Amino acid sequence: MPTPFEDLQSRAAARWEELTAGQSAWIRVGGGTSGLAVGADRVFDAFNHAVESSGVNASVSMVGALGLMYMEPQVDVLMPDGTRIYYGNVEPEEAISIVEQHVKNGEPLLDRAFAYSVSDGAASGETGVGKLPVLESLPMFALQERIATRNFGEIDPHDLLQYVANDGYTALNRALTEMTPEQIVDEIKAAGLRGRGGAAFPAGLKWSFLAPSDAPVKYVLCNAEEGDPGAFNDKGIIESDPHTLVEGLIINGYATRSSHGFIFIRQGHEMSIDAARKAIDQTYEAGLLGKNILGTEFSFEMEVSLTGDSYVAGEETALMEAIEGKRATPRFKPPFPAAEGLWKKPTNINNVKTLAYVPEIVRNGSEWFKGIGTETTSGTAIVCLSGHIKYPGMYEIPMGMTIRDVLEKVGGGVSEGEQIKVLQAGGPLNGLLGEEAFDTIIDFDAMTAAGASIGSGGIIVGNETTNIVDLLRTLIAFNQFESCGKCFPCRLGNTHMLEILDRMCQNKAKSSDLALLQRVGSSMKAGSLCGHGQLGYNPILSAMKYFGDEIKSSLDGELELVGVFGDGTMILPSRTRP
Amino acid sequence: MREQIRQVLSSQRQPTITVLSSLLAVQDSLHYIPDEAIRETATFSGSTINEVWSVASFYTNFRFTPPGEKTLDVCWGPSCHLLGAQEVLNAVHLALEIEEEGESADGKVTLKYNTCLGACAQGPVIAIDHHPIGKQTPESAAQVARELRGLDG
Repeated sequence: MPTPFEDLQSRAAARWEELTAGQSAWIRVGGGTSGLAVGADRVFDAFNHAVESSGVNASVSMVGALGLMYMEPQVDVLMPDGTRIYYGNVEPEEAISIVEQHVKNGEPLLDRAFAYSVSDGAASGETGVGKLPVLESLPMFALQERIATRNFGEIDPHDLLQYVANDGYTALNRALTEMTPEQIVDEIKAAGLRGRGGAAFPAGLKWSFLAPSDAPVKYVLCNAEEGDPGAFNDKGIIESDPHTLVEGLIINGYATRSSHGFIFIRQGHEMSIDAARKAIDQTYEAGLLGKNILGTEFSFEMEVSLTGDSYVAGEETALMEAIEGKRATPRFKPPFPAAEGLWKKPTNINNVKTLAYVPEIVRNGSEWFKGIGTETTSGTAIVCLSGHIKYPGMYEIPMGMTIRDVLEKVGGGVSEGEQIKVLQAGGPLNGLLGEEAFDTIIDFDAMTAAGASIGSGGIIVGNETTNIVDLLRTLIAFNQFESCGKCFPCRLGNTHMLEILDRMCQNKAKSSDLALLQRVGSSMKAGSLCGHGQLGYNPILSAMKYFGDEIKSSLDGELELVGVFGDGTMILPSRTRP
Repeated sequence: MREQIRQVLSSQRQPTITVLSSLLAVQDSLHYIPDEAIRETATFSGSTINEVWSVASFYTNFRFTPPGEKTLDVCWGPSCHLLGAQEVLNAVHLALEIEEEGESADGKVTLKYNTCLGACAQGPVIAIDHHPIGKQTPESAAQVARELRGLDG
């Protein structure tokens, strides 16, 4: 008799067969917040109408983001012969011609397509698609190592069966039926998985702090409060493949012998919230959450916890305050969360990306994961490119690639202007990097040594027209606006730094202002409970290293005035937290 | 109003109910937190009015007066900033005839500055009632703002 999991797998295989190997075509429209922002929802509707009106035999699905966001809205068509053709920047009006000509008549619109791929065993070239590049040969694809993002653009994120058909929940099944919690913690340790939320703390070690406690209620929290401007990979995972996260969090729960999991998301990020909730509901229905999962002794509950707008809510102890329903301000440590966390119970907090690697590590083994990346940082980085970059998007690259390769080969170089002048990497509490740092490799330690951080994976690119002091002011303005206000040095220090940068941008700075910035920054570092204040001077510190002359010119009243009013001022929110 | 608030508070579907989850539910439903909701949330959660206020005043998405019919978010975060967010913001100010965050003169549109709308690859980004719209120019954003006011666009 098949086990419940084998039964689920056979239903999943049938579903996948029907979509990919049947007699009908499968049209996949790339979704996600980024796609939505350029009309993917209208394109999806248009394809549904087109399929209905032309009477062709085709399924239409809204999938996640393939990652090539400069191509969005992006659509691909898989024909019954196994040939899959990718269209970029698709307008809703084009749906009918793609359906009529490609799906109905078997004549792809080659001048509108940017790539093709073939499933295993299918003949290539025979349909005339040979003139198109193979998707996997495009540089921004060939250089990727897709682990956490392996299902992006491939499956409907709202269909558990499609996830299961692509090896989903096999790691959980294996963990629960073949491995002890200790073995999983050891495996995560051996894989060298470091936390992807920014702090890079070894995940297996963190788990090992929680595992030994015999407390009946223990929590594992997934931090999906992705507040960093320029980072959208957490949302990417939840929107494109939420079951990877759910599976990772259940395994995290089993390995640490925890009872409850929370996925923590900001209200307003509707797509993420909807995807996470649906995925959890489906997982319960499939018997993969709840009491005695897959007939084992292990029981585990999971829910989505919403937060209001607060950047500091992403700090791990502030996050616990928010789940408890309070103001999201950081707590004193110790006690550390593993001893006394959410509602004073032993707790672990992991970032979305960290957990998204877990199923593949359990499935393929720590050796495999350790073989990717660098000595000190195994695995991949999911980089998000935005700003003045030709191919903005979300790309999973092996750790160890140089920044230059990421910018030039993956990102295609500068989008407008002559050259890339500056990067803002790892979120607004991290540094700016100039051209001389572009040969740095992407790896936690190398990036930190260069004065920046991988942080959350966001890389914001500025061309030669970027005014460094103005960019710094925007970063500090963000940090000032988002200070939770608990620690005086952070609340007042950020306000003070913003005033100084405002003066600098208006050529009204005093010669003593740089030294003043430094003093304020060191007080913040010494006197703040969490990274928000401790790291708040980082952008300025790193900018001084790479753009010191430009910054100093603002002290001499020689800065080129920027801003919409021509006087160096900027439009900023007036509200701060009371 | 009170009945509606009580209904919203008691129909939260997730297992864990807190002051914050209750306020979020009210904001989601009424689009603002009336005084009555503060009192009702305190009663509902067994907290004091003071405790509820401390939470409500912390998170910047909460507002305490009714918003316009539509809310227009404009991102001013660093990624959108490099792509011209300040120009977009200024154009929206002009289209709404206001000089800062808040309601347009006719009360139809609420302008909110946002630090990240999550679609950075499509910057500059704005959003209408949480629905993001990317690749904005000052002209396109001003047109959106005017259309939301029911003007010709």
